[in-house]
Amino acid sequence: MATDDSVNSKKRRFLLGAATAVGSVGVVATAAPFVMSLWPSERAKAAGAPVEIDIDKLEPGQQITVLWRSKPIWVIHRTKEMLANIAKLDSRVVDPKSEVDHQPKYAKNEDRSIKPEIFVAIGICTHLGCSPTYRPEIAPADLGADWLGGFFCPCHQSKFDLAGRVFKGVPAPTNLFVPPYRFLSDTRIQIGEDEKGVAASTPS
Amino acid sequence: MQRLLTWIDDRFPLSKLWEEQWGKYVAPKNFNFWYYFGSLAGFVLVLQIVTGIFLAMSYKPDATKAFDSIEYIMRDVSGGWLIRYMHSTGASAFFIVVYLHMFRGLLYGSYRKPRELLWIIGCCIYLALMAEAFFGYLLPWGQMSYWGAQVIVNLFSTVPFVGDALGTWIRGDYTISDVTLNRFFSFHVVAVPLLLLILVAVHLMALHEVGSNNPDGIEIKKQPKDPKTGIPLDGIYSHPYYTIKDLVGVVFFLIVFSIVMFFMPDVGGYFLESNNFIPADPLKTPEHIAPVWYFTPYYAILRAVPSFMASQFWGVLAMGASVIIFVFLPWLDRGAVKSIRYRGPLYKSWLAVFVVSFLILGYLGTVPVTVWGQFTGGWADALDTKDRATWVARVLTLLYFLFFLLMPWYTTRDKTKPVPERVRW
Repeated sequence: MATDDSVNSKKRRFLLGAATAVGSVGVVATAAPFVMSLWPSERAKAAGAPVEIDIDKLEPGQQITVLWRSKPIWVIHRTKEMLANIAKLDSRVVDPKSEVDHQPKYAKNEDRSIKPEIFVAIGICTHLGCSPTYRPEIAPADLGADWLGGFFCPCHQSKFDLAGRVFKGVPAPTNLFVPPYRFLSDTRIQIGEDEKGVAASTPS
Repeated sequence: MQRLLTWIDDRFPLSKLWEEQWGKYVAPKNFNFWYYFGSLAGFVLVLQIVTGIFLAMSYKPDATKAFDSIEYIMRDVSGGWLIRYMHSTGASAFFIVVYLHMFRGLLYGSYRKPRELLWIIGCCIYLALMAEAFFGYLLPWGQMSYWGAQVIVNLFSTVPFVGDALGTWIRGDYTISDVTLNRFFSFHVVAVPLLLLILVAVHLMALHEVGSNNPDGIEIKKQPKDPKTGIPLDGIYSHPYYTIKDLVGVVFFLIVFSIVMFFMPDVGGYFLESNNFIPADPLKTPEHIAPVWYFTPYYAILRAVPSFMASQFWGVLAMGASVIIFVFLPWLDRGAVKSIRYRGPLYKSWLAVFVVSFLILGYLGTVPVTVWGQFTGGWADALDTKDRATWVARVLTLLYFLFFLLMPWYTTRDKTKPVPERVRW
């Protein structure tokens, strides 16, 4: 024990600094569970987990719909003629080169897909959220002689081509969304996950 | 009674607290109409807390039950409709009162030295109030609740690199969901009200420390003291003088408040948006999404800023800046005088420009960008958007910011009038 009354201020400063540092670590560590609890829970993660689809039996021209995060996801097997028709429509669609960021980078191409024959999109109209119908036929009576196949929204008559690109002069402003997806094999697709990992948010 | 008070005062500084904070607080004697809104804001805060406590007794923060529980409050709970309308009208009233209170600060330079910190605490209260209103608006789980929250949370998703993860973290899910509703409820009824109460207490303590400004911008503390009373020449005690004055304000406020609450609680879709009487539907986007009126000036600024380098983040930044910029007023204003009464034409004109910009932006934020049609003609093809309203909003956004950014320049150059020794009233 010190015998004189002088204050060892160096020692005081050290103790103060050490206590503050250790205390701060404790505060940060204690904050961790609170910050972490705000991330999606296991239940939310399970409900929003990626979906796997087998497209083995999907014939050319056919469409199937699956649900991912409570949104309809279309998978369409496009024929050679369909792909040829998409190329003809560049001048009649609003955003032929998919400049608006409504698709992952790997789907920012002419056909808006990874493999040209397999088209994956979120089946929600970009106008008011109705689900358009698949109308692959050429020049049906109700859609006019220049219809080369596409999607037609029954709510407000928005039209999209077979790459989900919106036509000029309809209420919908932008192309349909393409969700993140990848091919697990030639016949299996995973929706909601790609090389970058599980989608953090749902396009809408 | 006196013995009880003495007993308490020996153990807790009750009388001291009362006298320091109000009873013996000396305020300038020339307060006018604009000085009602501080006490009214306090009154509305109490109203919101009391009505909120009772609403929380019948409300269910569950995505499958929330909308129905509001209808239950409206139809089945005795007096529930009245309590809810008090709360919903109170929300808008809170913003009206706070906007007028802030405008008073601009009129009389109440943010100037030595009241910088008082002003900053006030800005924090305003931010907390915005958060409180935003969280509360999701709770009815109507279409506008849902899609409004979607739009606002998506603002955070535009932050470069971490945006998507940040959005997910705020929602606690990949879309606005039951999880989001539950946590917003927690913020709305516990976290933000606590924060608001603390901030208001700090705001009042800071006010009673530096003393109130007044319509002449004269520091009464610098005046000689009245030899008889021992308080500054132009000062009077808050109690009973301003107690009585503020009560008159409360009575007048309650008359207007009651008219709205009883006869037009939705105010034509401005206080309660029509779309919010439809339950939230994640698969059906409303035709036109607009926030409630008190956020619309900022929403108009958000929409006015074009995307740049394929990012919408600039609009979000501008919107954030338009709110935060108030904090810097004490240092932007270099004027020789505080009050509008002695300011020159430059400040007066810029303040008018600011108010008009704020109001028109507020209107534009409530309507679709197509409201005023589109520019026609070949020259318009070179524009990124032909919507007239968007271009008006851009000009007004610029003026809004210029009011602040040019302030150091025009307040120094302004021809001010001499400030008298004593207040006028």
